[in-house]
Amino acid sequence: MITGDVTHDLARAFPDSPDHLRVLHDRLAAAASRDGVLDVAYRTLDTPVGTLLLAATEQGLVRVAYVAENHDTVLQTLADRISPRVLNAPARLDTVATELDEYFAGRRRSFDVPLDWRLSAGFRRTVLNHLAADVGYGHTASYAKVAQLAGNPKAVRAVGTACATNPLPVVVPCHRVVRTDGGIGGYLGGVEAKRTLLTLEAAA
Amino acid sequence: MHGATVLRVCRAVLGPSDADDAWSETFLSAMKAYPGLPGDANVEAWLVTVAHRKAIDVTRAAARRPVPVAETPDTVTAPAANGRDLDLDADLVEAFAALPAKQKQSVAYHYLAGLPYTDVAAILGGSTDAARRAAADGIATLRRTYPGVTSPEGEPR
Repeated sequence: MITGDVTHDLARAFPDSPDHLRVLHDRLAAAASRDGVLDVAYRTLDTPVGTLLLAATEQGLVRVAYVAENHDTVLQTLADRISPRVLNAPARLDTVATELDEYFAGRRRSFDVPLDWRLSAGFRRTVLNHLAADVGYGHTASYAKVAQLAGNPKAVRAVGTACATNPLPVVVPCHRVVRTDGGIGGYLGGVEAKRTLLTLEAAA
Repeated sequence: MHGATVLRVCRAVLGPSDADDAWSETFLSAMKAYPGLPGDANVEAWLVTVAHRKAIDVTRAAARRPVPVAETPDTVTAPAANGRDLDLDADLVEAFAALPAKQKQSVAYHYLAGLPYTDVAAILGGSTDAARRAAADGIATLRRTYPGVTSPEGEPR
């Protein structure tokens, strides 16, 4: 080798300064957004049900993900299904983050941010639309009842699948769907998170 | 994201004040071009290629405008563990800045970005051997002009 220590010293002399990279990254996110090439902006938010990943397209909130769903996997899926132009860019998510904070503080009962439904289709999407519109804060509905609301009373199992694959949990309230026998049922963020949300809404 | 590698390369080839602009423009144009990139492309090599072109643009633009009185206030310079390191790093930066452009680029793309000489040659134009030679000449000059790590009183760093 010709080199040796000079190479090592070069890496020190021309550092990648993480703090400075963060500044550059934020500037890039702003410029990309301005130029219309930031297809998916994301950030994380610490909440009583763990750290949530929030992602939005220019159309609206497209994904809310629990830690249990693995945020890296979710971001990769967003890159594959929507666009690889994904950046950590909190500005686009300011409103929804504020609303979620208010919700978890018991000061908000519904969300009024635009939603991008592109990750949900067909009957699942119908189910989620009805959930968002018809099952209000502090209420619950059984899987059978939601199947009925969605126009297909026999599709109880499909309602379960729709909830389990809800791309917008918390904001689209699949946590309000419980078992006919009163059991809490499953939840994509874990049963403990579901219980936390239902307790929060019952108390407020 | 390959932000760290591209930042090192831009700092080496352009110096700290122009590096930020080159970095930003590299990634912004990369985001604009990304959908057209083949799935099997080597993203880092491609980014360094974009950064190389941006650096040339920035250098040309800098040559046309008057020298600024002060640098942008938010330019962060490298923190060093102690004053001695800082001096040595500053010496190396100075020695590096004095290299001819081709040598600078070859050393930066090979040693800082870790690209093989075939990729370096593709970026710079010319043969793989020429790229290897330019880098070797650059390193040899640095060894001569930069006091280096093995100063007599120096402890291992």
